[in-house]
Amino acid sequence: MSWEDDWLSAERSAEDEENLEVAASFRPVAGGAAAYFEEAQAGVIRYLVSQVAELVSADSTATDAGIDSGDLEAQLGLSNHATLPDDPVLARLLPDGYSDDPAASAEFRRYTEESLRSGKIAAAQTVLSSLPPGGGQVQLSEPECQQWLKALNDVRLALSVRLGITDENEDISERLSADDPRAAYVWVYQWLAYLQESLVEALS
Amino acid sequence: MGVAPVEVEQPTTGQDAALDAPWVTVVWNDPVNLMNYVTYVFQKVFGYPKVKAEKLMLDVHHKGKAVVSAGTREAMERDAETLHGYGLWATVSHEL
Repeated sequence: MSWEDDWLSAERSAEDEENLEVAASFRPVAGGAAAYFEEAQAGVIRYLVSQVAELVSADSTATDAGIDSGDLEAQLGLSNHATLPDDPVLARLLPDGYSDDPAASAEFRRYTEESLRSGKIAAAQTVLSSLPPGGGQVQLSEPECQQWLKALNDVRLALSVRLGITDENEDISERLSADDPRAAYVWVYQWLAYLQESLVEALS
Repeated sequence: MGVAPVEVEQPTTGQDAALDAPWVTVVWNDPVNLMNYVTYVFQKVFGYPKVKAEKLMLDVHHKGKAVVSAGTREAMERDAETLHGYGLWATVSHEL
């Protein structure tokens, strides 16, 4: 099961695909950065960002137990998770805090995983509230830029796991056969890298 | 780019600091995070000047990992958590 399946199977017009090929990028403006997004571009970003947010919130302790359940750990913002998530995307988004000490990693996760999850969800929400579904001109304050960077990076991390990217110099499109449904994501991944890079540049 | 088994560089904070603060935060290379983004994060999170942030980013990129901060265990756990928030792959370790 993969969270991209809906998007892959959704009907998109040839015009949508064409619009996506016109790369949007950020430019510096006073107090932050700005970019223009076509409707199709906004749609892809909003879709992927919401999917990551959904994945990150799906099995959080807060969602599992609920604040009203009287679960003290959830009320204190502690996670009941001790090990790396089974889902490889979640495992990359919520990594271990120690490379060689499972007990210390479990303790680290207990105290940090919930706030890490909520930080990622907040970043996704900033993108969703500042990027209109129909696209258009987007102007971001510096704090919003920070949130965009985090959210775009999380989407790229998620896509990289799904695309099996382990070597930054590899030409992914050569590895994936043309009929591999993931092939459609190669250019999305590359475009988002370009977009994120332009946002860093705009802030520098 | 894979992770090469290289030795972690000792923090250049002097001997006394190393004795008092033997915990470090290590950032590992991955094929996804952009070079200019990693440099930006080091500047933002640690307040490092661009030259130092760039050098650390290149160490991560070429050596597979780099020590990015040193201090108490609690402080290193906070650093690792902050870096996880930015999507960087960071771990805490006790290097002597």
